Amino acid sequence: MVGANRIAGTGRLSAAGRLAFSFDGRSYQGLEGDTLASALLANDVHLVGRSFKYHRPRGVLSAGTEEPNALVGVHRDAARRTPNVRATVQEVYDGLTAVSQNRWPSLAFDIGAINDLFSPFFSAGFYYKTFMWPKAAWAAFYEPKIRAAAGLGVAPDRPDPDRYAARYAHCDVLVVGGGAAGLAAALTAAETGARVIICDEQAAPGGAMRFETGARIDGEEGWAWAQKATARLAGMDNVRVLTRTTAFGYYAQNFVALAERVGDHLAEPGDRPRERLWQVRARRVVLATGAIERHMVFADNDRPGIMLASAARTYLNHYGVCVGRNVGVYAGNDSAYAAAIDLKRAGVAIAAIVDLRETPKGALYEEARGLGIDVLPGRAVIGVDGRTRVSSMTVTPRTGGPSRRIAIDALLTSSGWTPSVHLYSQSRGKVAFDASTQRFLPDAYPQDCVSVGACNGTDDLAAALKEAAAAGERAGRATGARAKATKAPRVDASEGWSGGMPGVAPGAGADAAVKAFVDFQNDVTAKDIRQAVREGMRSIEHVKRFTTNGMATDQGKTSNLHGLAIAADALGKEMHEVGLTTFRPPYTPVTFGALVNQARGALFDPTRKTAMHDWHEKHRAVFEDVGQWKRPWYYPRAGEDMHEAVNRECATVRQTAGLFDASTLGKIEVVGPDAAAFMELLYTNPWQKLEPGRCRYGVMLREDGFVYDDGVVGRLAPDRFHVTTTTGGAARVLNHMEDYLQTEFPHLKVWLTSVSEQWAVIAVQGPKSRDIIAPFVEGIDLADAALPHMSVREGQVCGVPARLFRMSFSGELGFEVNVPADYGEAVWEALWTEAEKNGACAYGTETMHVLRAEKGFIIVGQDTDGTVTPDDAGLAWAIGKKKTDFVGIRGLRRPDLMAAGRKQLVGLRTRDPNIVLEEGAQIVADPNQPVPMTMIGHVTSSYWSQNCGRSIALALIADGRARMGETVYVPMPNGAIAAEIGQTVFFDEKGERVHG
Amino acid sequence: MADVANRDLKAMRREKLAGLSTTRERVSVTPGPPAARLALRAGEDALNSVSRALGVGVPRKPKTSARAKSGGRVALWLGPDEWLVIDEDGADLPAAAGWAKALHSAVDVSHRNVAILVAGDGAETCLAAGCPQDLSLAAFPVGACSRTVLGKVEIVLWRTSERAFHVEVWRSFAEYAYAFLAEAARDV
Repeated sequence: MVGANRIAGTGRLSAAGRLAFSFDGRSYQGLEGDTLASALLANDVHLVGRSFKYHRPRGVLSAGTEEPNALVGVHRDAARRTPNVRATVQEVYDGLTAVSQNRWPSLAFDIGAINDLFSPFFSAGFYYKTFMWPKAAWAAFYEPKIRAAAGLGVAPDRPDPDRYAARYAHCDVLVVGGGAAGLAAALTAAETGARVIICDEQAAPGGAMRFETGARIDGEEGWAWAQKATARLAGMDNVRVLTRTTAFGYYAQNFVALAERVGDHLAEPGDRPRERLWQVRARRVVLATGAIERHMVFADNDRPGIMLASAARTYLNHYGVCVGRNVGVYAGNDSAYAAAIDLKRAGVAIAAIVDLRETPKGALYEEARGLGIDVLPGRAVIGVDGRTRVSSMTVTPRTGGPSRRIAIDALLTSSGWTPSVHLYSQSRGKVAFDASTQRFLPDAYPQDCVSVGACNGTDDLAAALKEAAAAGERAGRATGARAKATKAPRVDASEGWSGGMPGVAPGAGADAAVKAFVDFQNDVTAKDIRQAVREGMRSIEHVKRFTTNGMATDQGKTSNLHGLAIAADALGKEMHEVGLTTFRPPYTPVTFGALVNQARGALFDPTRKTAMHDWHEKHRAVFEDVGQWKRPWYYPRAGEDMHEAVNRECATVRQTAGLFDASTLGKIEVVGPDAAAFMELLYTNPWQKLEPGRCRYGVMLREDGFVYDDGVVGRLAPDRFHVTTTTGGAARVLNHMEDYLQTEFPHLKVWLTSVSEQWAVIAVQGPKSRDIIAPFVEGIDLADAALPHMSVREGQVCGVPARLFRMSFSGELGFEVNVPADYGEAVWEALWTEAEKNGACAYGTETMHVLRAEKGFIIVGQDTDGTVTPDDAGLAWAIGKKKTDFVGIRGLRRPDLMAAGRKQLVGLRTRDPNIVLEEGAQIVADPNQPVPMTMIGHVTSSYWSQNCGRSIALALIADGRARMGETVYVPMPNGAIAAEIGQTVFFDEKGERVHG
Repeated sequence: MADVANRDLKAMRREKLAGLSTTRERVSVTPGPPAARLALRAGEDALNSVSRALGVGVPRKPKTSARAKSGGRVALWLGPDEWLVIDEDGADLPAAAGWAKALHSAVDVSHRNVAILVAGDGAETCLAAGCPQDLSLAAFPVGACSRTVLGKVEIVLWRTSERAFHVEVWRSFAEYAYAFLAEAARDV
């Protein structure tokens, strides 16, 4: 056999499937189907890690996802180094390399274990109390040191080369858990004809049948029945069986998230994703999540070799591995007896069963006695020896008395079973305490969900299967499925589980100074919890946070109930009076990869590009991110830096012309007989009298009277407007319009359609702009009289249907050529050849910004910030004086919006024309006043203007328009900068150039 | 001007996803050919008139589509007063809609959208990587359509056959949508 602890004739793995793996550099052999934990135990390796805080040696506690101790790193290659992998979950593949964590220099000799000696100083709340002074040292010194010393595995330092997949799925019935109950529920649900998904976190469904040898269902051994049931389900068209899949989150409206491990168990995962995230919407959910065994809380109960009784049974009955050769058992209930019996029958010596109960009885007790096992009732284990592997247990009568040391090499404990109500609780269900069995069970269901089997407190197998089969059929029928379901599987034999006891065992009680661990992973002892209560914590939520009990990556699956019982005892209350902490997703740790899945790299977020993007790239544009858009920022020529390029572009546009890609502006077509009436209501401006073929600059307010968006609007026909919005406003302005149309103005006959992406927009600006476009324009008279400033015509450009606007955001004669997007680049290229002939340039957003600032044109969101009224921005002229209604009209009448002293947009000219102010800089009237100074405004836009030969800035300054000519100051680290308040227009103050 | 008039419009057209194609064992993801598209808005009372003008009975049932009796024209229901009309032959849809006397809004969006075709046994699975809707044949039969999401972008999804879907996406989101589906196709 492979490994010293494999026992021939036990387990279900084939001896033929040999695999090689390594742990901490040593090579071992495992079998196909092994977990890393079972393979290590087969090779008699119990010591697998060091604990989080005290660096205590730790072994394997469990055989499942609840494992708090056996966390290892699994390394596939330099980039694939997964920390904190549960050895009880990770399946062995040929060549697997695992390493222990949180130890230095080696697992057996760990310097950090000195923490264990100093542990009196590391009690509950230690971090909160100790490192308070000096305050700054927390972030700089204490926290990094503590994080380095107290930690789990090391995060990989390279990008994750694996890929992760995602899938949305819908079903009538989702069954969570593939134990006997889950399978029974899935079978009947599927038989009704309903669409069923059943998921199970293990490599094969079966749940407790993995270790329960005493169960027989439909004439078969429990495990064999489970595999047949699974095969039957997998063969049904309406069923999807997901193995290695953990349901980790239960959200609103039966939305359940599952993480499927696709490649982690394979030596050669190939092109498979590593994991797949399933987001399942289920009409009904059946929870069959089982129960988790609890350990005994006694002194030094964390020594390697001490594990849950059911885990030892799993290793024996499924993996064919005995966890010791001379095994002690410490029982608070019957289920631990079964472990002793199975091991004894497999030929393993049982040193003794120590039973807390004074008078154990029943079939298992009798059977153990019959096998000659020494049962010690009414006794407790009060301590153990053996640091890196348990070597003996010290047993006394539970009421006190002489102690006795019994040599052992493994100790199996069980203090009872905790129903897994995590998902039920996540579904917003409130658990109810069952006093007779001392456990919390599901109560009312806030969602279309039901629990069956052990997670519902139904311990008896026959009762559980009956309950599950009925629930599955009911769930199927509830979704409208009508086919007949068969009866529940027949249970021929089963094992009974009895209650147990939460809380401390003797010897670890109130007076004891021993380390009796409650939460292994976070190194929380019974003493810590009692101390938390002594220090004033009353709520279990406070006890949890003060001690960190249940806050490790295992989320307290084995510890929560113990912690609660100890806190309740210390508080002198009943457990239900103290209450359970809230369960939150995820049930088990989920990789970021699974959550992110496809959303990485180019798929992290859409990158939006205009129709002319390739041209910009070819012409070496530097791009600026504007939301999701890539916009050309400037086009540097050889040897030019940004400043030089922008200066050149700015000068060229005003001297000759420039081409600018304005495609990203939002465009909305407003159509209908009430289009003008609608525009009147949404914008401050008057629209009724705007003639078809003409344009107007529009200002849109929110209800509160502040500027929301702006843009040029062209009237194409009496019932059709072409509205432009800011780039950033494209989506929200349409929503804003739709919102008002549907809720406030539903009587208007008008419809809105986004055409932002229908049109590629080429702005041609500058004195030569008409010359540049003229050769390509058909059907539109470009003469000034026929197409004056602020006009729009439909015609053809380069033979392509076009909307040609005569408008300007630069203050120059200008046009904006709108063509269907697929033609954008070709039309741009055609215009470009003509532009080059005329000595024009392409220009980017930076030049666009400078040119508009030279003209005092605002940019909503830069010169406004959501607290600026049209009047503040100098746009009072854009409000229709005769209008009686528009969105924001009442807001504008609020006293504080009409009060004197509001900040108003003004121009700023620095005394030294070479100084360019910083945007966002604060402005004061008196640079010499003491700090804190009175700020009277701030700089909103600031540039070097090549055309003005000086710096220019726009600013919002209190009462700004009444301060023309005054000098104000911008305090900066190197002294205050003096600037004079003036008009917002810096260039062509009379505005003659737009007329060509 | 003469050279302008003679210019070949086809040659001037730069299709957004030109040249891209993904073929895997169970699914293919390919850009659809250019088509004429119309954003149609109309009230209940105008539907007969508009349907006659367009030669396709615009569907009134949510999430359904209707094809013209002949030719490649389809009307997809997007909302109680909203349809997307697609003409694969590139007909002048605004002109056709213009024949309707009843009140409506017809806006040319031929270039706003790009089509991506997802076909094969694994088409449904491929889309399920990013579309939260139930795409099973029972819930989303042939002819079904819906405005929905794919990953982080909005799409219009239309099932053209048991094993084929037509995705409509805004032009600047097409690269993302295509890349998303191509990546999803690896897990089909």
